[in-house]
Amino acid sequence: MTEELVTITVDGQELKAPKGAMLINVTDKENIRVPRFCYHEKLTVAANCRMCLVEVEKAPKPMPACATPVMEGMVVHTKSAAAKAAQKSVMEFLLINHPLDCPICDQGGECELQDVAMAYGQDVSQYSEGKRVVFDKSIGPLIATELTRCIHCTRCVRFGEEIAGVREMGMTSRGDRACIATFMNSAVTSELSGNVIDLCPVGALTAKPSRYSARAWEMIQHASVAPHDCVGSNVFVHTSRNDVVRVVPRDNEALNEVWISDRDRFSYEGINSEDRLTTPMVKHNGEWKQTDWDTAMGLASDKIKAILEDEEQGADKIAALVSPNSTLEELYLTQKLMRSMGSGNIDHRLRQSDFSGQGSAPVMPWLGQNIEDLENLNAALLIGSNVRKEQPMISHRLRKAAINNAAQISFVNPRAYEFNFPVASNISVAQQHLVNELAMIAAASYKASKHAMASHLKKMLTGLKPTVEHKAIVSQLKSANKATVLLGNLASMHPNYSVLRALAEAIAIETGSALGYLSEGANTAGAWLAGAVPHRAAAGESENVVQGYHAGDIKNQSPAAVILLNVEPELDSVHAMKDTLAQAEMVVAITAFDSPELRETANVLLPAATFAETSGTFVNVEGLWQSFNGACPSQGESRPAWKILRVLANLLDQKEFDYMSSEEVRNELRTLCESIELNNATSAEVEVVEINAADELMRSGDVPMYAGDALLRRATSLQKASDAQSLCLRINSAEAEHLAVTECENVSVTQGDSNAKMNLVIDDSIPNGSAWIPMAVNGADQLGDAFAAIKVEKV
Amino acid sequence: MGAMGGLMMKAIAHFIKSFTLWELLKGLSLTGKYFFSRKITVQYPEEKTPMSPRFRGLHAQRRYANGEERCIACKLCEAVCPALAITIDVAEREDGSRRTTRYDIDLFKCIYCGFCEEACPVDAIVETHIFEYHFEEKGEQIMTKDKLLEIGDKYETEIAANKAADAKYR
Repeated sequence: MTEELVTITVDGQELKAPKGAMLINVTDKENIRVPRFCYHEKLTVAANCRMCLVEVEKAPKPMPACATPVMEGMVVHTKSAAAKAAQKSVMEFLLINHPLDCPICDQGGECELQDVAMAYGQDVSQYSEGKRVVFDKSIGPLIATELTRCIHCTRCVRFGEEIAGVREMGMTSRGDRACIATFMNSAVTSELSGNVIDLCPVGALTAKPSRYSARAWEMIQHASVAPHDCVGSNVFVHTSRNDVVRVVPRDNEALNEVWISDRDRFSYEGINSEDRLTTPMVKHNGEWKQTDWDTAMGLASDKIKAILEDEEQGADKIAALVSPNSTLEELYLTQKLMRSMGSGNIDHRLRQSDFSGQGSAPVMPWLGQNIEDLENLNAALLIGSNVRKEQPMISHRLRKAAINNAAQISFVNPRAYEFNFPVASNISVAQQHLVNELAMIAAASYKASKHAMASHLKKMLTGLKPTVEHKAIVSQLKSANKATVLLGNLASMHPNYSVLRALAEAIAIETGSALGYLSEGANTAGAWLAGAVPHRAAAGESENVVQGYHAGDIKNQSPAAVILLNVEPELDSVHAMKDTLAQAEMVVAITAFDSPELRETANVLLPAATFAETSGTFVNVEGLWQSFNGACPSQGESRPAWKILRVLANLLDQKEFDYMSSEEVRNELRTLCESIELNNATSAEVEVVEINAADELMRSGDVPMYAGDALLRRATSLQKASDAQSLCLRINSAEAEHLAVTECENVSVTQGDSNAKMNLVIDDSIPNGSAWIPMAVNGADQLGDAFAAIKVEKV
Repeated sequence: MGAMGGLMMKAIAHFIKSFTLWELLKGLSLTGKYFFSRKITVQYPEEKTPMSPRFRGLHAQRRYANGEERCIACKLCEAVCPALAITIDVAEREDGSRRTTRYDIDLFKCIYCGFCEEACPVDAIVETHIFEYHFEEKGEQIMTKDKLLEIGDKYETEIAANKAADAKYR
């Protein structure tokens, strides 16, 4: 359909515009400035601030540009006397009740009201009566309110309804009593709530964590990339006197549009945490001592050298555990160092427990499409994914698809998560039954496609009786113009991941959908490309490559030396690593943060820079390489980890480690990766074993939104938010009745030989047979591995 | 010939002036004139010259009559300072108000332009009449918040009078 164009005249300039477009869209495109407060290009038109009044010839009154569709032959004046008079009056009207507290307002200096008042207002008001006062409301730990400043543009209200998908804010009363409030005075809990801070044209909603910390004019803006999810949202890091004071979104229509999640916005608080490690430290006879870089690096490299030269130990006794939130450069250098020493014991999949299909895994977990394309989907099946909390910007695209496109989006999850968009089927079964559930869908898809079952699945799928719900999911995928099957974070952590993947692929093939992955952390894709896996070197090369043990096996291999890169083993790994690290002769932790657990297990602590302090690259789930520079110098003696690794390699006498910049490291890897074509088809058929789900209560869990990495765990404001979780046991009411336990009591949880006491929460989103214990929260590791049969008893 | 004649006259005048010590007498006459005229020397420090209410001397921070400090940490003085002499740290006080936790003026950097006083929306930072001060130790030139408030407290009457005297011209 071609758009019908009309010709209009704005300020004497002739413009072509699509018929029916709003005038303000047309003027914005032509860089003709029309003042506005309530209008925002990503939100619906409210036309309630009246600031965008312009003169339209033949119209009796000035018209709001945001709500006036263009028509053929329209003649518009944005700067005529009538338009200016209208704008001036509106400005005066908006300022009647606005307090004159700009000097103490955090928005001061970047305030739309200030700017527009300077440009379109006048310096004298005719109003001399008392101004109104609106009492502030506490709406959570992230957003500070100063509601007297509110000009009732309702951008925040519309954001909640249209973007965040939760109606948390609204306008109550009318006239001069109108005010923005949350319903029942509750906190704002949306995972995207921080965006209302940017949307608010005045200082009514400001960021609580950075309240009063710096004025707009003293901050320096640095382009960066968000370090927590696989979207790689573009952000600006704002620094003042070399301290990070806030993070705001950087527009990128292809990734995060103009939004970012609260996680990306407020995680910077961790950078200035008290836990920051600022000097190298070594353990000497059980005592930790601060030291200089030479001593610490010397100690680490001497010991590793001795292990390398020892005939009984050798390179095979060296292992590296790396975080998928590390930069590409750090991951590549660790991998290169390990392999050049002759060891393949390197892994970033610390939360994965099934490695059996790793040989046939794609070169990197790829979304199978662009993030932008997700909003054009007609159907989707997400397996083991709490996408709303794990990748909020992906969830936003899916929400757009569900709402604008009526896309049928279904989930198969180990817990009944809530989503902020209509969900076609939200299947939730206990972790141990997830494979069977997916097998039913796979069986239904074979039935629908009338193809013969793939030989490796035949044994498992024959005889299964898919229900109506399973068949509905298949028919939605099959009839959709664009459909996708996505494996989420929980799928990759599942004890039968390779089976889930084989089934997902079968479903995708049989229904003609694109298979995609949603990966954990900011750089899982980068970790695969960099070769931070035991069976493949950089760029997915598996031939003539030193093979090693994966994260699950390293645990049992009693390595003599372990390098930890940005990892806190007790929280970042589902494998109980404590004993493994305790027996190792040398544990070198390259880490930005100090922790009692690291002090217990490590021998040398090398202070590393956080994402805001180092240059680096993250590869997102689309395979997009995004490099960034450091925004501020790293704290104290800490150094960018790529430099630490480069020097460590030099000290270990490894060749070809002469990089002078992180760009050199990246370019080397880039050259290796040049010929890679992304493809999610598995190259080999996975041996699918029959899954006999045990009948006992099984422990399972997910990584809470604000517990995923060391930086997040130290972001104090996020830890006060409603999505932050502490250690507790969740079971549903049926299980609770069966076990004769009640809410809020302490229960004793036994897993293998370990036992712990924790609070019980009865939560009906947990399926039968499942006992939910969040991962990566303090105390979660005391029971051992994250998936196992457990016993719950009354204390 | 005219030009030649002019030169000749100049040479003769110079010759006569040299022999009659004309320049010397001219100089001495000026000395003599001042010798006998009324003296304007101020016997500092016993005597002092009058000062404008706008005089820009040592800085001070003022308080309201109820003892509350005026400064609201808006950082406008820091922003306007052409010599970058002011450093401010801000935090929320327990009562929720915006206050400075540090307010330093480096008097070695300060050029006494008075912009900080002009920029201040609450008349908190002012420049007083004090111009006689010295530093004995390195570091004393940093006027901290405490020092500034102390000066403000001590000279509040004078500062208020000066502000009042100048108010009608603003």
